[in-house]
Amino acid sequence: MSGLDGIGLIGFLPGLLVGTFAVIVLMVDLFSPPGQPANSGVIALIGIGLAFWAAIRLWGNSAELFGGMILVDMVSLLFQGIFLVVGLVTVLMSIRYAAAEGLEPGEYYALILFALLGAMLMASGGDLLILFLGLEILSLAQYILAGMRHNVMKSSEAAMKYFLLGAFATGFLLYGIALLYGATGTTNLAAIVTASREGGLADHPLMTIGMGLLVVGFGFKIAAVPFHMWTPDVYEGAPTPVTALMSTGVKAAAFAALARVFVAALGDLQGSWAPIFWGMAVATMTVGNVAAIAQQNIKRMLAYSSIAHAGYLLIALVAAGPAGLTGLLYYLLAYAFMNLGAFTVVVALEQREDRYLLLNDYSGLGFRYPLFGVAMALFMFSLSGLPPTAGFMAKFYVFSAAVEQGYIVLTVIGVLNSLISVYYYLRPIVFMYMQDAKADAPGIQPDPFLLAALVLTILGTLLLGLFPSRWLGLAQAAAQGFFIQ
Amino acid sequence: MELLFPVLSMVIFLPALGAVLAFLIASEELVKRMALITSTLTFLISLILFFTFDSSTAAMQFFERYEWIPALGISYEVGVDGISLLLIVLTTFLTPLTLLASWDSIHVRSREFMICMLFLESGLVGVFAAIDLFLFYVFWEATLIPMYFLIGVWGGPQRIYAAIKFILYTMAGSLLMLVAILALYFLHRQATGDATFNLFQLLQLELPLNTQRWLFLAFFLAFAIKVPLFPFHTWLPDAHVEAPTAGSVILAGVLLKMGTYGFVRFCLPLFPEASLDATPIIALLAVVGIVYGALMALIQTDIKKLVAYSSVSHLGFVMLGIFAFNSQGLDGAVLQMVNHGLSTGALFLLVGMIYDRRHTRLISDFGGLAKVMPMFAAFFLVVSLSSIGLPGLNGFVGEFLVLLGAFQTMPIFAVIGALGVILAAVYLLWMYQRVMFGEVTHQANMQLTDLTLREVVVLVPVVLAIVWLGLYPQPFLKRMEATTKAVVERVVTVAQLRESRTSAVRCPEPGQRRSPTAVNAPRRHGPAPETCRQSRNVLPETEG
Repeated sequence: MSGLDGIGLIGFLPGLLVGTFAVIVLMVDLFSPPGQPANSGVIALIGIGLAFWAAIRLWGNSAELFGGMILVDMVSLLFQGIFLVVGLVTVLMSIRYAAAEGLEPGEYYALILFALLGAMLMASGGDLLILFLGLEILSLAQYILAGMRHNVMKSSEAAMKYFLLGAFATGFLLYGIALLYGATGTTNLAAIVTASREGGLADHPLMTIGMGLLVVGFGFKIAAVPFHMWTPDVYEGAPTPVTALMSTGVKAAAFAALARVFVAALGDLQGSWAPIFWGMAVATMTVGNVAAIAQQNIKRMLAYSSIAHAGYLLIALVAAGPAGLTGLLYYLLAYAFMNLGAFTVVVALEQREDRYLLLNDYSGLGFRYPLFGVAMALFMFSLSGLPPTAGFMAKFYVFSAAVEQGYIVLTVIGVLNSLISVYYYLRPIVFMYMQDAKADAPGIQPDPFLLAALVLTILGTLLLGLFPSRWLGLAQAAAQGFFIQ
Repeated sequence: MELLFPVLSMVIFLPALGAVLAFLIASEELVKRMALITSTLTFLISLILFFTFDSSTAAMQFFERYEWIPALGISYEVGVDGISLLLIVLTTFLTPLTLLASWDSIHVRSREFMICMLFLESGLVGVFAAIDLFLFYVFWEATLIPMYFLIGVWGGPQRIYAAIKFILYTMAGSLLMLVAILALYFLHRQATGDATFNLFQLLQLELPLNTQRWLFLAFFLAFAIKVPLFPFHTWLPDAHVEAPTAGSVILAGVLLKMGTYGFVRFCLPLFPEASLDATPIIALLAVVGIVYGALMALIQTDIKKLVAYSSVSHLGFVMLGIFAFNSQGLDGAVLQMVNHGLSTGALFLLVGMIYDRRHTRLISDFGGLAKVMPMFAAFFLVVSLSSIGLPGLNGFVGEFLVLLGAFQTMPIFAVIGALGVILAAVYLLWMYQRVMFGEVTHQANMQLTDLTLREVVVLVPVVLAIVWLGLYPQPFLKRMEATTKAVVERVVTVAQLRESRTSAVRCPEPGQRRSPTAVNAPRRHGPAPETCRQSRNVLPETEG
């Protein structure tokens, strides 16, 4: 509680800064003269940078703000760090893209910042209602972002699908919260633990049903099978940087909330939810990986790949406990770097009207643009879990957490799934290096922002793979203090 | 032994450093030279390992240890013993030769080619030097990436299929091995409270037989696919045939040894009882591989494919030697690993040289080459004879020791295995006859030029090594002896110890049928009379 009580708001400074800058972006755009658009992207970058600085300054503090509504602890700060990295790379890769696609800069960057704010609230929520609030801020921003290319049919379709199914899922979530409230009389996560222990409510039907509804609600958000149907269409239709944000940021936020609710608050019910997540993990990995094999469009392939990765992440959740949570944190950061990196390359190659999104558009890329080729190969190897990359360390840690808890069968299914995934992650590499370029092969005009995003993600992917100790240490320290006693 | 610099790490990382440098050098011509110099330098440094190696001990030498991920008990730990020493020197010896061999044949993207080769060398040396299981796994998998590119980018018409098959097959095994490594790690932590991936600490762990069997199975799969043991060999002909010459040489010469090395270094010492129990099956598969590989080689029309299948056959010998569980067998196996690397590597080099000239490898496209290319024919003859196992050349020593070792424990398998030697003579000499002798039937073959100076420079070191090993294998045998003896002793004594303990308690678990071991045990441990007697005493009780 180190002295933060008096200045409660400061504890959530990163989130507040992000929110404030979202408003600034809107205002600047509003008052900038027509025909002379403001550098909204740069303002967003400044906001994210400041928030990052604030998060670092807050490191080591732990507090409960607003009567336990918002928790400041190492887990929430680490998650905020992940979201800010995601936001940073997303904005960097957006700057040329948004201009080329004619997206409204004011709205676009403001919505990205609002989405980040929502994600940060979700990771810091100490109360089911704050989780819900964060989820809604995040989701509403995402619904609009998905449909930002309003002259593209696919984009509108994506927004519509995402909105309808998302709203539906939110309903489930809210019902679940209501039932948990009915059983325990509180929406505060810590209080739920106390109430259920004192009242012996672990087996109470309201608790069980409420928990099930929460699984459905969150299942939609993390795109776990069987709640994944929207993912490929939405990921394909949304503007590519938004897809990148969705697949990494939204997923990380939903997993943060999942960890808060299930591992921490409903930890006593582990016997009931662990088998559900076990089954979901197996189904999610398998469906995602098998379906990804058949894709020709790289965004759809990455969509199915992100479904599969939700499955690996669910393994970490099944292996609850400090190791599982560490694995979750590690995996989410590693996944953020490698997946954002892959999307950065996609954005670099893509051109208006969804051109150059097919795998065979990548033919010969490796030798024509060595940097982009090597980078994409690195991200693909990392996503498939080959050492010495971040993806390998992440999978290694998650699998080791599962083995530690005795989930050998689940781990074996997980590694076999990794094997399947190798096949389709190698396909872009096959095209890039083993096929000759087509006559109308796309050219890349890299801008400095995009290159910065690429360098950042390459460094992240390599450093997390080669020298994992630092981040691992942070994640471990955070995981230790996460559990509600 | 105090050395001024970390020799082993230099050998591991110098090629990788060269690869990174190759990204930065503008001229491709310069990259080629730099790569050749780097790999030659690596070879010279590895000679320090070879000549200052202390052959009197089985302990790890040139040991280095740095913390890597202390939170998980993972450290960068490398060292060499007699077995890894030879394989490391083999790797560093072959790499510069292959680079020189591909000097002209790789016209396109030679920078990327050199980068792949150098990274591959680093990975391979790392595999043979790693003591930490995690580190081993990282190097093991890291070798896949450059090899994948080598096959896929510079390979033949079916290269993409072959490259993907190669990587998927290998990963199928190694991913399960990863789970087994993790299980081992946690079992060890449970027993001792000590989190470590260090092989020697993990060796202290006593595992119940049933657990051993599962873990053995996972490791076995990873290594058997790599060797490749029949029936896991189907990726090999594809990969070998499609790979460019340099890729084939390294693939056959070194990469396959990762599998056999894995058996000796990990499978046997970690799971001695399970290994003994699995002996009949593995020996059977090895012998089937010997005969099957030889028969397949016999009917091939493509020279490269013939050499590829001969690898299956030769690696069967290595496996037979390993699972003989005596020091002759293991000595022979290790020597045979080196021999095969030299002979088959040289065969691939030669096939590559003729392919560069004629762009075909079909036996029927040749004939009478000895007249046109006498020097080529002479080299080809020496190398073929070495691969056949002619006394006086390297192949003989290894095969002889393997059969000697195998005969003591499994005479029938040894006899069938010896058949493979005869078959090798048949398929290689027959091929040689069709390619080299007779009239020159194809007009295109008339204009073939004999070996260039560069090609002679590539071949001479290999042939010298072949003759040296054949006439005077002592320097090699001496260096490996202490290590092989230690490995055999470890397996035999651990198994005996536990066997006597189980029989003393007289409550073998239902799932632990050990009759095949027990029946074979007395014959198997010929060179250790003390343990033999012990096991004979034990035998009736277990059986009763």
